[in-house]
Amino acid sequence: MSFQATPELEAEVNELISHYPVKRAASLMVLHAIQEKFGWISSDAVQWTAKKLELQPINVFEILTFYPMLRQEPQGKYAIKVCRTLSCALGGAYELHHHFCEKLGLDAHKHGPQTTKDGKFTVEFVECLASCGTAPVMMVGEKFYEGVSHKKADEIVAGCK
Amino acid sequence: MAQEYKLILKHADEAGYTPDIECYLRHGGYDTLKKAFAFQTKTLAEGKTQTPQEQLRQEVMTSGLRGRGGAGFSCGLKWSFVDRKSGKPIYLICNADESEPGTFKDRQIIHKDPHQLIEGMIISCFANDVKLAYIYIRGEMPEGAKILNAALKEARAKGFLGKNILGSGFDCEIHVHRGAGAYICGEETGLIESLEGKRPYPRIKPPYFPAVLGLWMCPTIVNNVETLCNVKHIVAMGGAEFAKLGTPNNTGTRIVSLSGHVKKPGYYEIEVGKATLRELIEDSKFGGGLRDGRKLKAIIPGGSSSKVLKAGEKFKLKKKDAEGKDILVETDMLDLPYDFDSLAQAGTMSGSSAIIVMDDSVDIVGALANLSEFYAHESCGQCTPCREGSLWMNKTLHRLTHGEGRAQDADYLVKIADNIPGGRTICAFGEACSWPVQSFLAKFKDDFVAKGKADEERRAKETSEPKKLEVAHH
Amino acid sequence: MSTAATTETKTAAPAIEKIKVKIDGREIEVPRLTADWSGKLTPMTMIQACELAKTDVPHYCWHPKLPVVGNCRMCLVEFGTPALGPDRKPVINPDGTFKIAKSPRPAIACATPISPGMEIYTKTPAVKQMREGVLESLLINHPLDCPICDQAGECKLQEYSVDYGQSASRFVEAKVHKPKAVDLGPRIMLDAERCILCTRCIRFTRDIAKDDALGIINRGSYNTIATFPGMPFDNNYTLNTVDVCPVGALTSKDFRFQMRAWFLKETKSVCTSCATGCSVLFGSREEKIYRYTPRDNDAVNASWMCDAGRLNYKWIARADRLKDVLVRGQKSTWTAALNELSDKLKKAPVGSVAIIASARQTNEELWLISKLKAKLGAISDSIARVGDADKLLVSADKNSNTNGARLTGICFTEMGVNLQPITDGIESGKIKTLIVFGENIAKHGVNKEKLRDSETVGEVVTEHSLTPELLAKLETLVVSDIHANETTKLAHFVLPGATHAEKRGSFTNGKGRVQKFMKAVEAPGDARAEWEFLHDLVHNVTGQNGFVTIEGLFNQMAKEVPAFSGLTWQAIGDTGVTVQI
Repeated sequence: MSFQATPELEAEVNELISHYPVKRAASLMVLHAIQEKFGWISSDAVQWTAKKLELQPINVFEILTFYPMLRQEPQGKYAIKVCRTLSCALGGAYELHHHFCEKLGLDAHKHGPQTTKDGKFTVEFVECLASCGTAPVMMVGEKFYEGVSHKKADEIVAGCK
Repeated sequence: MAQEYKLILKHADEAGYTPDIECYLRHGGYDTLKKAFAFQTKTLAEGKTQTPQEQLRQEVMTSGLRGRGGAGFSCGLKWSFVDRKSGKPIYLICNADESEPGTFKDRQIIHKDPHQLIEGMIISCFANDVKLAYIYIRGEMPEGAKILNAALKEARAKGFLGKNILGSGFDCEIHVHRGAGAYICGEETGLIESLEGKRPYPRIKPPYFPAVLGLWMCPTIVNNVETLCNVKHIVAMGGAEFAKLGTPNNTGTRIVSLSGHVKKPGYYEIEVGKATLRELIEDSKFGGGLRDGRKLKAIIPGGSSSKVLKAGEKFKLKKKDAEGKDILVETDMLDLPYDFDSLAQAGTMSGSSAIIVMDDSVDIVGALANLSEFYAHESCGQCTPCREGSLWMNKTLHRLTHGEGRAQDADYLVKIADNIPGGRTICAFGEACSWPVQSFLAKFKDDFVAKGKADEERRAKETSEPKKLEVAHH
Repeated sequence: MSTAATTETKTAAPAIEKIKVKIDGREIEVPRLTADWSGKLTPMTMIQACELAKTDVPHYCWHPKLPVVGNCRMCLVEFGTPALGPDRKPVINPDGTFKIAKSPRPAIACATPISPGMEIYTKTPAVKQMREGVLESLLINHPLDCPICDQAGECKLQEYSVDYGQSASRFVEAKVHKPKAVDLGPRIMLDAERCILCTRCIRFTRDIAKDDALGIINRGSYNTIATFPGMPFDNNYTLNTVDVCPVGALTSKDFRFQMRAWFLKETKSVCTSCATGCSVLFGSREEKIYRYTPRDNDAVNASWMCDAGRLNYKWIARADRLKDVLVRGQKSTWTAALNELSDKLKKAPVGSVAIIASARQTNEELWLISKLKAKLGAISDSIARVGDADKLLVSADKNSNTNGARLTGICFTEMGVNLQPITDGIESGKIKTLIVFGENIAKHGVNKEKLRDSETVGEVVTEHSLTPELLAKLETLVVSDIHANETTKLAHFVLPGATHAEKRGSFTNGKGRVQKFMKAVEAPGDARAEWEFLHDLVHNVTGQNGFVTIEGLFNQMAKEVPAFSGLTWQAIGDTGVTVQI
């Protein structure tokens, strides 16, 4: 296996496993931990996780492919997630998404996450981010932005170094 | 006049209030936990005794608290179903998978007052002999997870969590478990499967009622964030006192999430039933009215799954007259008191207490298409009617909003939707995805027919057939 | 009557309380508890009660031998339970019946337990509409490629379409496309577009075969059955997933595109690849076998069989089948050969004949051989075949009828202990005639290698000392076998036999289950069922007449062999009877 867990990751994973009486329950948290370190979850990482949790790789692959936040391929350095569900849509989410795509040279009508050629940005629509009162909202990585005007969007992009 | 009543959010938005434990302690934090631990075994009339735990559960029953997640089921009853004789551990899970579109109340609690939730959880754990609990927080709230983890760490350091809490002899541990982008994890059995490290497929009931066969097939309580916070206040003020808040059978307060076309969207805590939809939308203390020059078109009153209310709709509401007799009073949709029972009488629900307001600028077909895309994306795909029906409705609505509609699509959509709800699916997602379609089509059919007709007329000129369109899925 | 023989494998359980329920207006009394998929006693479900009432409840995901998941929703029914009054007691109608409170919501019959007084409605307009809705949902994204689908003819989608389908689809959207012709493993192909995601295959391999190799990937309508990429689905039970698949999603590489299912004649038989003796069905057409499928038998194999056994049928139609009776290398006839052989045996001094029978022959054949043995004072034995066992069905004993050979006295409990005395007898010249059935003894055993590469069952015949050089010393070597081999080449008499597919008979499996099997195809050329010519030979040599039908032969054997006492051909039925071994 080419996947190499760092000692820190190994320790973090062991700590996570200790939170549950059944190892399998740590699956999602372990995948989060791997993604935080590597940005995505490779096939080798799935096998490593399965071994660590005494599972079959398909058990882990089943959940990896279910949850859209978990990535099976690398994404841009800055992952821009624009909420597209009703309240944000009423508040201009589609226009915001379009604005990002246009600004970053991506196709606003294409489905699924898109990454810029330089690998710097990944832009995608996501479902309700649970902040409907400050629509439109979005995330860049783990950072959350509310009431994002196009001007604010430009500032956000400019702030991504 | 309706007022805000801040019970849960009493401190959250005060200037200088911070989510750390010192601030919480300064505001009387964890005093209620101490009060809970101080309950003594009571001797009842017939020589029977009541343990502190039983008394705490009785308080929750007395309070009339109904679940704040969406279904509005009695919290006391839910707790009473727990199998306490199985010999297996009992688990408690806080459902912080807030993902019903329109809802953003739990986010406020988690971000601004995490210790209130933790205290509510520890009390609930104590009342139910739970030694291990989890907070299942949606993946899209990474900051919330960090805040909770930090708060748990503080609570542990202060001896509110861990072994022999405050010398009570009670051990309890709470861990944060993060989701990764799946609405279905809000369904309690889907959540349990997800927590177990499996695909979050809701379980069939019978036999898998969480109170008996929940997490790892052990008795399990799943409660919403706001519900668990309420438990703290019930214990603090007493169940009977709590029950005085709100209206009969709709006790306590609720945090209403208001979004869409109002001047002041946001979250507002009210006594349940003490404000009408009109007040929530129009009153300057709440939504502050529609945008200037706009008229109301529709309201989704309880999260995106609830059935839409059309502006001007009238309902017969059961009320008591002066002599206490039941009478039916014609009530405009805007005059519905915002509570569980009134909205149920109007054929919809207060659900997660999230109101989405749509004014007359809204393309109603587009709004439904937006929601149906959400549901098609979020169906877990376990059972047939929902798996196939949710995407089918999405495809039809996508066609209808992309110039490929047919006049008959209005009826066609209803037929598709009718195949999904009413207990045909494993979980309530079946209802959640079909109710919007059924209600939008029942109340705004003309908009749908007109859209389809316009497309047909255009195509007749172009002599083309409707195209089959792939839909977005991301 | 002795009787070790019982029709049940387990001792009778304590009596189970019975309760009354009404199904479509008809009252039926059913046990409150019944065995679930794993054999554990659990409350009886609606679908099980309906089965007892012979009321068909359509279903896809439910399978009596797999955990219940309730995902297909085809078995939704309406129901009611006795209404309770304020005193929590049932309200009684004036006519003494329960007042029934009809549930506002339907229930899945597969997972809902019955309760006393419950009424189940399977034929209401609402139920019909729900079934139509489910079927429509299952078909909208289905490719509707029945003309080229191997499942056609035995497909539940087709079956229920007759009852609940529409002649035309109202679906006008683009279908979801999923992977087709996916190579899931060495023996299995997946067409994900045909799959209805019932998860029977996943549950079988996880909960029965104990190989958690399959799962569902992606989400919602895009859900797809899959293995982990790069990990083939290759346990020894994969083909059972083809059986449990209610549609054409999983197909057998061996069977796909070979024959339409509806042309196949089904014959009840038994697998001979090991001592387990799984109940099987042969699917044959025009004297050719196309497949084995497992046949339900809770005393033996439940509903399953191993892949190796299932695919071990091609030897039946192999080109090197013996088709002619040969006497000293020359083609002969059965009459001539048996007459000459009978004369030789009649004259043979006591002790000069040895018999090596096969523990893959039938009970009846072995019993006839034992008659010959007694008359000739012959020494006899069989040859053990051992290999790997597993925890589910595969037995280490690769002979299908070891117990038959023991019970008829052909061999001792420890098979092969007489082989050395036979060797010594031939060596010393005392044994002049050796009769061999179905054993290529000239190969004198192999260890730790496959006997025949063409066979999928990795079997090892235990080593013995009968070498070709030794066999050359015999005056008469009589060999009856299926295929030409080293031993038939040395034989003075070659008697072409029939495979179990070409005759009737019975085997006694490793646990003492006596099971019968039927004839599916004709034997090639002059090949003949061994019991038929053995009957002639025994008659000629001993002067005793016997039965010329398998029924008569079996019944006679049952009278004479203590272990089979009390059995009749009729009584052992399709699933057999367990005897004391």
